[in-house]
Amino acid sequence: MSTTLLAPALLSQATAAASAQAPDALRAQREAGARAFEQLGLPTTKVEDWHYTSVASLADASFVPMNGDASGVTAEQLAPYLFSTSWPTLVFVNGVHAPSLSTIDALPDGIRVLPMAQAMTTLGDQVARQLGTAAPADRDGFTALNASFLGEGAVVHVAKEMVVDTPVHLLFVTTDKGVGGMQHPRVLLYAERHAKATVIESWVGLTDGAYFSNPVAEVMVEDGATLNHLKIQREGRQAYHVSTIEARQGRDSHYVSFCFTTGGQLSRTNIYTVLDGEGCGTTLNGLTMLDGEQHGDVQTRIEHAKPNCFSRQIYKSILDDTSHGVFNGKVFVRDIAQQTDGKQTNNTLLLSKTAQVDAKPQLEIYADDVKCTHGATVGQIDQTALFYMKSRGIDADMSRQLLTYAFAAETLETIENETIRDELEGVTMRRFTSSD
Amino acid sequence: MLEIRDLHASVDGTPILKGITLTVNAGEVHAVMGPNGSGKSTLAQVLAGHPAYEITGGEMLYNGENLAEMDAEVRAQQGVFLAFQYPVEIPGVSNAYFLRAAYNAKRKAQGLDEVDPMEFLDLVEEQLKLVDMDPAMLHRSVNAGFSGGEKKRNEILQMAVLTPSLAILDETDSGLDIDALRIVANGVNALKRPENATILVTHYQRLLNYIVPDYVHVLAGGRIVKSGGKELALELEARGYDWLLEAVA
Ligand SMILES: Nc1ncnc2c1ncn2[C@@H]1O[C@H](COP(=O)(O)OP(=O)(O)O)[C@@H](O)[C@H]1O
Ligand SMILES: [Mg+2]
Repeated sequence: MSTTLLAPALLSQATAAASAQAPDALRAQREAGARAFEQLGLPTTKVEDWHYTSVASLADASFVPMNGDASGVTAEQLAPYLFSTSWPTLVFVNGVHAPSLSTIDALPDGIRVLPMAQAMTTLGDQVARQLGTAAPADRDGFTALNASFLGEGAVVHVAKEMVVDTPVHLLFVTTDKGVGGMQHPRVLLYAERHAKATVIESWVGLTDGAYFSNPVAEVMVEDGATLNHLKIQREGRQAYHVSTIEARQGRDSHYVSFCFTTGGQLSRTNIYTVLDGEGCGTTLNGLTMLDGEQHGDVQTRIEHAKPNCFSRQIYKSILDDTSHGVFNGKVFVRDIAQQTDGKQTNNTLLLSKTAQVDAKPQLEIYADDVKCTHGATVGQIDQTALFYMKSRGIDADMSRQLLTYAFAAETLETIENETIRDELEGVTMRRFTSSD
Repeated sequence: MLEIRDLHASVDGTPILKGITLTVNAGEVHAVMGPNGSGKSTLAQVLAGHPAYEITGGEMLYNGENLAEMDAEVRAQQGVFLAFQYPVEIPGVSNAYFLRAAYNAKRKAQGLDEVDPMEFLDLVEEQLKLVDMDPAMLHRSVNAGFSGGEKKRNEILQMAVLTPSLAILDETDSGLDIDALRIVANGVNALKRPENATILVTHYQRLLNYIVPDYVHVLAGGRIVKSGGKELALELEARGYDWLLEAVA
C-alpha cells in the first residue's frame, strides 16, 4: 500500500484540524475519516481503477476548505441551472448551504429535504446511523477525505409509499470566492418502501479558477422503491471533481441514475450499486462531453448479490480537441445471483484525431445461469450518414452537428422527467450548433 | 438539363466508369439498366457528389454548370436528388426534423424564408398520402428500423418534399412487393413535370411497366453499350443481358 500512497501533507493537516473541531455527533466519523486518509492517501495510477486518471496534480495543489462566502451570488446567475424555479431547490454556495438562495419551504407531501446540519439536529440518530453505511470511510482515499470533513451536504428522505412527482434539486455552486478551496459535501438519499422520487444533484462552476469538489452520496432504495438520481456535472473549466455515489438496493427496487458530465479539468465519477434484494434493477446511463484538455472518468460497479436482478447501462462520450475520456464498467455477479440479466453499452464519438478514450467493460461472473452482455464502440462521425444528409442539401457543418447530437440523444432520451430531458437535450443541441 | 460527356470515375484507384456519354433533357425519363456490378450505382453516386469517387476524365454539365465543382449539398440545393439503393439509417434524428432541415436548406439557397415546424407539418401531410405513409413515421428516426419497403417510400417522400429538377432513382424498385412497387411508381409519376427529368436505375424491366421511360440505356463494364426506346427494356427482359455483353466483348 505504501508504494501507491501519495502523501499530501497539507490535506492530512487539514483533516486533523477538522476532526479536532468536530461537533460531537460527527467527531467519531471525522476521526475515522482522518485515520483512513492517513492510511490510504490519494491513489496513484498504479492502482488498477486509477490507471487512466492521474490525480498527482491534485495531490500537489494546496486547497483549503471553502468558507461558504455567498456574497454577490444572485438568483439570476443560478437561473440557467435550475431546470424549474418551482421545484424544491437546496442551494450550496462555495461549500456551504445558502438558505437565502434555496427554496424548500413548499415541499410535496412525504418528502423531507434538509441541509445536513439541520438534519443532524432534527433527525439526529437516524442520520448518524446512515452516514458511512453505504460508503464507509475506509473505502478509498477520497471517501476518507470526505468523511474527515463531514458536516455539509443534504438529506433527502422519502416516506414509504409516497410517490413524489416533483423533482428535488440539490445545487452546488462554486464562484470566484471558492477558488483555491475544496468542498466535501455528503448527500444521503433515502427512499423508503414503495416510495418513488427524483433527485437532481447539480455541480456548477461560475468561475474559471481552480477548486476541488469531493462529494459522496449514499443512496438507500428500500424494497419496491424507485429512485431517479441525476448527477449533472457542469463544474468550472479548471475544477477538480471527484465524486462517489454508493447505492444499496432492496428487493424489487429500481435505482435509475443518469450522469451528465461536461465540466472540470479533471473529473471522476464513481457510481457503485449493490443489488441486494431479489428482483431489483439498476439503470445507469450517462453522457460525457469534453473538449479542450479536459479529462473525464466515469466508473461504474454493479454488484449483483441476489438472484433475478437486472442492470442496464448506456454510457456515451463525445470527445473533442485533446480531451481524454475514461469509462470502466464493472459488473460483478455473485454465485447466488442466478438469472442475472445485465446489459452494458458504451459508445464513444471522437470529434478530433487527438481526442482519446480508454474504455473497459469488466465482467466478473460467479453464477452459471446468467445473461450478461456488453458492447463498446469508438468511432468518428459516420461518413455514409454524413453523405446522405449532404445529398439532401443539408450543409456539412449542420450535418455533422445533427449526427453528433443524434449520437448523444440515445442516452438523453432515457431520462424519464420531461423537463430535465428537454433541458439537457437543449444544452447538448446548443453545444454542437453554436459556431466555433 | 444534364449532359454527361465521356465520364470516367474511379474508386480507390480502380476505374469503374469508363467513358459514359448521356444527355437528359427536361421532361424526359431515362432508364439505366444493366447487370449487377456494371456501375449503375457508381454513376448515380458520382452524379450526387459522393466524395469517395474520383472523376478521372470527362465532364458532367447540369444546366450548363460543371457538377464536379459543386459539393453534394450544393447539387441537392440546385435540384439534384438521389434516391439511394440502400437508404441510410440515422438513429437519433427524426424524420420530420431531417426533412425540414433539407427543405429549409433548399429554401435558404433560393433566398426564401425557412418554414417553422408547424407550417412544415401541414406541407408534408399531402406528400405522406402520396406514398401512403403513416404520419407517425415522421417522428421516428430516419430509416431506423424501417422495413425495406418503408425505406424506399421514405426516399420518395423526401423527393416529394424537395421537388427536384433531376431525380435519380437507384433501384428504388428492388426488393419491393407489387403493392409497394405501385405506390412508389405512382409517387414518381405524380411528381413528373415537363420541367423535370428522371433517371431510373433498375435491374428489372418490371418497374418500367409502371413508369414508362422515353429512353433505355444498358450499362455494362462501366460503359453504355446500347441505347434505345422503351422496347429495348422488353427485349432485355426476354433475352437477358448476355447477348449484349457478348456483342461488346
Ligand atoms: N467503394 C468501392 N470500392 C471498391 N469497389 C467498388 C466500390 N464501389 C463499387 N465498386 C465496384 O464497382 C463496380 C460497380 O459497382 P456498382 O456501381 O455498385 O454497380 P451496380 O450498381 O451496377 O450493381 C463493382 O465491381 C463494385 O465491386
Ligand atoms: Mg447498384
